[in-house]
Amino acid sequence: MATTTATAPVKYWSGGKSPFNVEYGKLMMWYFLMSDAFTFGAFLIAYGTTRFATNGWPDPNKVFKSYPFASESANAPLVFVSIMTFILIISSVTMVLAVHAGHKMDKKGVVKNLILTIIGGLAFLGCQAWEWTHLHHEGAWWGQNPFPNADGTVATTNFTNFFFTITGFHGFHVFSGVVINVVMLIMTLNDKFEKRGHYLMIEKAGLYWHFVDLVWVFVFTCFYLI
Amino acid sequence: MSNEAILHSSVVAHDHHDSHDDTHHEHHHHETFITKYVFSQDHKMIAKQFLITGMFWAVLGGFMSVLFRLQLGYPDSTFPWLEDIIGKWGKGGHISAEAYYALVTTHGTVLVFFVLTAGLSGTFANLLIPLQVGARDMASPFMNMLSYWFFFLAGLVMLSSIFVETGPFSGGWTAYPPLSALGSASPGSKTGMDLWIIAMALFVVSSLLGGLNYIATILNMRTKGMSMTRLPLTIWALFFTAVLGVLSFPVLLSGFILLIFDRNFGTSFYLSDIFVSSVGALPNEGGSAILFQHLFWFLGHPEVYIILLPAMGMVSEILSTNARKPIFGYMAMVGSMFAIAILAFLVWAHHMFVTGLNPFLGSIFVLLTLLIAVPSAIKVFNWITTLWRGNIRFTPAMLFAIGFVSLFISGGLTGIWLGNSAIDIHLHDTYFVIAHFHIVMGVASMFGMFAGIYHWFPKMYGRYLNNNLGYIHFWLTMIGAYLIFWPMHYQGFAGMPRRYYDFSVWESFKQFADLNRFISTVATIVFFVQIMFLFNFFYSIFKGRKVTSTNPWSSNTLEWTTPINPGHGNWVGEIPEVHRWAYDYGKDGKDFIPQTTPVGDDESVH
Repeated sequence: MATTTATAPVKYWSGGKSPFNVEYGKLMMWYFLMSDAFTFGAFLIAYGTTRFATNGWPDPNKVFKSYPFASESANAPLVFVSIMTFILIISSVTMVLAVHAGHKMDKKGVVKNLILTIIGGLAFLGCQAWEWTHLHHEGAWWGQNPFPNADGTVATTNFTNFFFTITGFHGFHVFSGVVINVVMLIMTLNDKFEKRGHYLMIEKAGLYWHFVDLVWVFVFTCFYLI
Repeated sequence: MSNEAILHSSVVAHDHHDSHDDTHHEHHHHETFITKYVFSQDHKMIAKQFLITGMFWAVLGGFMSVLFRLQLGYPDSTFPWLEDIIGKWGKGGHISAEAYYALVTTHGTVLVFFVLTAGLSGTFANLLIPLQVGARDMASPFMNMLSYWFFFLAGLVMLSSIFVETGPFSGGWTAYPPLSALGSASPGSKTGMDLWIIAMALFVVSSLLGGLNYIATILNMRTKGMSMTRLPLTIWALFFTAVLGVLSFPVLLSGFILLIFDRNFGTSFYLSDIFVSSVGALPNEGGSAILFQHLFWFLGHPEVYIILLPAMGMVSEILSTNARKPIFGYMAMVGSMFAIAILAFLVWAHHMFVTGLNPFLGSIFVLLTLLIAVPSAIKVFNWITTLWRGNIRFTPAMLFAIGFVSLFISGGLTGIWLGNSAIDIHLHDTYFVIAHFHIVMGVASMFGMFAGIYHWFPKMYGRYLNNNLGYIHFWLTMIGAYLIFWPMHYQGFAGMPRRYYDFSVWESFKQFADLNRFISTVATIVFFVQIMFLFNFFYSIFKGRKVTSTNPWSSNTLEWTTPINPGHGNWVGEIPEVHRWAYDYGKDGKDFIPQTTPVGDDESVH
């Protein structure tokens, strides 16, 4: 057992090189994302169990039916949040393009697509800020829930409690993603990566950004669709 | 007995010589006091920082247990000196009920997280991972440094909670709501709980930064030839520990974030239909206190293995080295640790059998819980067969390693009782549980830690710990631990509940008054034995006998190929290449063959 010398040709696991052919930072990012996935997983499961154990729950189609500059009686269920989601997903596309440009050592492409990604992220955060403000004006906040259950009965506050906590936690992640991307942009403009000879940092930032997008898909499904 | 006498009593001839013995390593860059001892990025220094900070907390947490054992053992006596040291909490020489609960809570939190998580895996993951996989340092020395300082900060906040007017948190280390969620519930639930939760959040950050680093280093930075199946078992254990930490602490963090909102922002995640006597009915509706327990124990159970696995790994290594025999069943050891790591995530609800959990669900958790007995038994079997007919050197480290095996068996067997939901209904929240987890998790891991300290002290400081004090330390602690915790099984059977302030008022438990006094007396003695160990530790750092050979234990692993006092970067010149696994002891008539020795043509293959 393990006492014979290795005779096989290339052994990725036999030491002296990275088994996945990645540098440590990327490995750490993957493990961090796994860890973060457990944080969100815990939140969403807590939300799911609480909702399952509660008799009634507000109808998202009635709660999320407004959009900026709309009249009081506007009834456009989930339209605004769909636009938000679309923006975030498009920002993932531009992030992919930035990473791709980095592979080709195309500084201009990286800069262009990073800027687009940052704009996408900021637009998403802006949309979220508007939505939160709107809901707050309607009387919703942590510990306050003006929306009745779908069947008309009085709801517990946990609808808004979970909504603000989880979308807030996700928004905080988007915000940190934007900050990371801004740092990446500054480093790119200062030729940091050109000097290093690779754009691996952009790739790691990209991993994080895609993860945040992916989480939004779950948050979106749990709060708006179900 | 000197180390040489133990080491060379039976085996004298080595065909192995270290190439050089110089303690002077190259100075690559100038280091100031601040960069060398305070904001150090050298994994060996960070390990020492973790260890000594852990010792501070161990003394504090241990002293707290002496204080509350005084109350349990001598409920009718007064100790005027108590008022001198803890003021109003010990008015009239008597520990107040609030102080008692605060002491129990802080003792638990501090010992579980600060001593046996940070102090144990923080110390030995930092010290051993780069040295044993053959790396100059951790993947990210900077993050490693941050990991320590977040831990330090967490400790500072926790320490400050002891000094606030309303006292530290007093609702038990598990921090169950509503006690932890409502400031009006008890004095300790006010500022003390805020500080507790901040400290724990900082601790989660520290553990995440550390864990990511350990994983990346083990996977990515092994030296040439160090395949995963050539890793010493310490490294495998620390790897699984890190994975457990990275995946379970975030769930605790989620639970804490919801708790913070319940405490400060009027939400009802964990609260529903509550009446507080001085406040009245609360408006909170729709939450569930049980939800917190699920989130807490999803960390809480893996946490047990986060504490235990590093001890298991070090014990495997120390047993094999000092029995002069290969570890029995290397792959079975790795496999059983993997099984434990998986099962750790699937058993958390066995802490919740009496919460009203669906009995059918309970039966699934019983099954999964009892499954852990399989890998645990494999490990115990392998340790014993490693010792079997070994050429045993009874160094203090070896004694503690054997003590670990003993404690792990005694404490593990009672786990089979508690894992059965039907028996748990009777034993839940009694002293039986206290006995079980203190032996299997607390004392056993502590023994693993002591074994590690005695074994790797020469690597850390280039000196030996005093052996005679080591033997006294071992025997008194070993006997003391059993004397303290064994009787608690009987108390638990008799239904004596944990966390009670004073048993003398209960007719059913008056019979245990003498036993309680006995336990308290032994606990106090054992506490002072640990102080003696600390004296040995700090005395030996400066005045201990100097290590004269790079490989004092005639061990196979890579850390003993470094200079006696390795500098930052560990090896002078090239990092050695590895040609074999770490356990070639007593092979082909050779006492030991280090991992760096190439496999000879005439060598047998097994």
